[in-house]
Amino acid sequence: MGFGLLSISIWLPIAFGAVLLATGRDDNPNASRWVALVGAVLSFVVTIPLITGFDNGSAALQFSENLLWIERFNVRYHLGVDGISVWFVLLTAFINIIVVIAAWEVITERVAQYMGAFLILSGLMVGVFCAADGLLFYVFFEATLIPMYIIIGIWGGPRRVYAAFKFFLYTLAGSLLMLLALIFLYYKSGGSFDIATWHKLPLPMPAQALLFFAFFAAFSVKVPMWPVHTWLPDAHVEAPTGGSVVLAAIMLKLGAYGFLRFSMPIAPDASREYAWFIIALSLIAVVYIGLVALVQQDMKKLVAYSSIAHMGFVTLGFFIFNELGVSGGLVQMISHGFVSGAMFLSIGVLYDRVHSREISSYGGVVNTMPKFAAFALFFTMANCGLPGTGGFVGEWMVILGTVSFNFWLAAIAATALIFGAAYSLWMYKRVYFGEVTNHHVRELSDLNAREFGIMAVLAIATLWMGVYPKPFTDVMHVSVTELLKHVALTKLQ
Amino acid sequence: MNAMNWLVVYPEALLLLMACAVALVDLFVTDEKRRPTFWLAQLSLAAVAAMHLAYYDGGATVYGMQRMMVSDPMGHLLAFFATVAVMITIAYAQPYIASRDMLKGEFFSLSMFVLLGICVMCSANNFLVVYLGLELMSLSLYALVAMRRDHGVSTEAAMKYFVLGALASGFLLYGLSMMYGATRSLEINEVFNAIGTGRINGTVLTFGVVFVVAGLAFKLGVVPFHMWVPDVYQGAPTAVTLLIGGAPKLAAFAITVRLLVEGMLGLAVDWQQMMIVLAIASLVIGNLAAIAQTNLKRMLAYSTISQMGFMLLGMTAGVVSGNTLSAGNAYSSAMFYVVTYVITTLGTFGLIMFLARTGFESEEITDLAGLGKRAPWLAGIMTVFMFSLAGVPPMVGFYAKLAILQALITTNLTGYIVLAVVAVMLSLVGAFYYLRIVKVMYFDEPLAGNATHPVQSTGVSALLAVNGAAVLVFGLMPGGLMAMCRDAILRALAT
Repeated sequence: MGFGLLSISIWLPIAFGAVLLATGRDDNPNASRWVALVGAVLSFVVTIPLITGFDNGSAALQFSENLLWIERFNVRYHLGVDGISVWFVLLTAFINIIVVIAAWEVITERVAQYMGAFLILSGLMVGVFCAADGLLFYVFFEATLIPMYIIIGIWGGPRRVYAAFKFFLYTLAGSLLMLLALIFLYYKSGGSFDIATWHKLPLPMPAQALLFFAFFAAFSVKVPMWPVHTWLPDAHVEAPTGGSVVLAAIMLKLGAYGFLRFSMPIAPDASREYAWFIIALSLIAVVYIGLVALVQQDMKKLVAYSSIAHMGFVTLGFFIFNELGVSGGLVQMISHGFVSGAMFLSIGVLYDRVHSREISSYGGVVNTMPKFAAFALFFTMANCGLPGTGGFVGEWMVILGTVSFNFWLAAIAATALIFGAAYSLWMYKRVYFGEVTNHHVRELSDLNAREFGIMAVLAIATLWMGVYPKPFTDVMHVSVTELLKHVALTKLQ
Repeated sequence: MNAMNWLVVYPEALLLLMACAVALVDLFVTDEKRRPTFWLAQLSLAAVAAMHLAYYDGGATVYGMQRMMVSDPMGHLLAFFATVAVMITIAYAQPYIASRDMLKGEFFSLSMFVLLGICVMCSANNFLVVYLGLELMSLSLYALVAMRRDHGVSTEAAMKYFVLGALASGFLLYGLSMMYGATRSLEINEVFNAIGTGRINGTVLTFGVVFVVAGLAFKLGVVPFHMWVPDVYQGAPTAVTLLIGGAPKLAAFAITVRLLVEGMLGLAVDWQQMMIVLAIASLVIGNLAAIAQTNLKRMLAYSTISQMGFMLLGMTAGVVSGNTLSAGNAYSSAMFYVVTYVITTLGTFGLIMFLARTGFESEEITDLAGLGKRAPWLAGIMTVFMFSLAGVPPMVGFYAKLAILQALITTNLTGYIVLAVVAVMLSLVGAFYYLRIVKVMYFDEPLAGNATHPVQSTGVSALLAVNGAAVLVFGLMPGGLMAMCRDAILRALAT
């Protein structure tokens, strides 16, 4: 099995990015923009056959490619997608197009480098979702840090350097422990980095516990879970709009995906043993971070905290070990990709015009930007989980799953819907409603065609997920059931 | 058995001959840039490299010069890399020293003598030959450090290097003489056999090993024998810093393997303990001190200390619970680490030289400010090097660290696993100062003083691009180089 669709999905955007970095010149930014757009669209188009040709009835890895990569350590270039990962490949490629279009007129400095960094980042993240070999996964997982570090550092806000370092070092700290865990598994499995082999590997409890916490270190930082979430508000606030969108829509999902791919199947007994720990942290994220979001003055920070709270739902859903919970978490991940991306884009729209992210700088935007305010209302509603939007389906599934696990946990989790509504709607009220407060707002111009286009596309996606989530859950169903069956079995001997 | 077998030393003989020829030819060169000398030196080195590669491919282990020298794949592979490293060094250095009126023919011939010393060490099979090679290399380097005669810092660095270097050579010689006294042999294989009999006085052997390790530690530049490294790196002309920081690390690794592994594997329990202490101390001090530096060369010196510490960790995992099953894995990981480190270092210092110009050294970290805007290609290449040194995939430095960590963890002993955790946490500290370089290049605005770099040499910039590409390509495809190192080490252990 040689190069196939997945390789193309990974390397096509990277190739376009490399070309942009190598040839892009500052005196001709339009050429860079068009090359980036063509690259992003092509990269998305090649991922479409993955979903149309996907066999929903199988939990096995599909479209797999398997080549020997590093003989010395028996590392394989092994790619494949199953029901859990396939949607994320599409989501990543899709969000990349949005990011490229969103930056069209906004980014005027070093355009080629900006576009190149995002294209490369997109390819690397697709690689993370496709990797079926532990080391290959790690290489993609870590490599994503480099473009993101540079994106935050070059095109970010005033405290961008601090945010970039914090982002890089926090994530690296966690990943290095995961690297040791991967090497330990390599040793225990008799010299294999194959994830499927690791899934079957019997492990005693102390080893499982160590592995579980090593993986936890890497993935909890990435998700991020309370209390290692503090890098995220900084990174979000300082990153350029595109950076925030990619961070929220895709990068956070890498961590949650890691829990499903590594922690739960490789250390199932430890996962069950320490599920209370994850559940507790998730609930803290849902409730406490929800409250923190309520008091934010900065719009981006508010959405960043709301992301943490939403990701709390995802981890909660995973660690109650039933199908509703896990599928709900996955649906929540995808819909959060659309919704949080749209939220950050909305803030970007305002920021490009007024150059302020403070809630208090606005007021009465609806009077000057009616079309935009309508979109923003829709996404705000989706963010607090209004039925009919994508945000509702995932949260509802997770809460239902939690009820069958423990009613009181579900009750606590459900309060998130209240807090979510509170901070989202309160922000909406302060920014959009009321009298026009200052001349900046008075001079605002409504969405241009480009902005309208991306908002509309994201709105359709969110609505589609809310009204008809079946295509998503159908694809996941078999893989999730298989995973849960596997996790229910003990690996102790 | 005791034949001269001249074939073994053909590369060294050619090198010696050409080093003398280069010195002579240079007398008749009038060109200011010394182009004929430069090309003659490069051609000779290319021929030497080709010979080493051919010998490595041959794969046989042959003894020569009455068993003074050994020709085995490990020695030839290391010598090959060292030769290539010196070729690259000279290529980077030539425009740099030419623009500083330091370019004399001696630079080329002394560099070749440095390489000769390195090659001798790589294929030494006798304590005295090891020492001979070491002194040949060191004395040539002392002279090169002092090349900038009228420069205070340079002269101080040369003095410091010479005095401390002589002390370290003394340590090594003293240790070797103790080994000789205990085992009645100077030949490495016989020492190994003698120790294996178990009838040698343990106290003398332990004393000997302590001194040998101290001498080697000095040459590798690990804590607490690291004092010379920052001063020499900073004080020496950058061209010479590169010569010191590149190929000699390969030689230091070679004699570490020859002396400690091939000669004293029986004492591994003793020297491994010392190495663990040296490695951890180097990682701590190297990484922490590097954070505080404002001078780029000094920072890279501390970074070297920590990198060598990391490499030594690989050397500690060879003999576990009394058996040598993991030796091949551990030592080949260390070898891969050294080789990739040298490739990266060459590029880093090459780039610093490329940025320098007459009257301006580009040695301070702030001199790189805004490089991402001024010269995106150079900044990109430097970024690749920095991420490689920090051990971030997909750069080759990651696989080097992976190999070492893998060697530690597969021992399956709690102590070694703790060591691996400590090592990764300290390399996290290290990531900070490598990232800072990237930050200065991309996130900071250019300072008023340092506009674009005027020294333009298409040859050097092409070489830099190739060097950067190598770090990336070996990162995407590290398999071949890893296999070569493993193969070389396994054959060396087999004899």
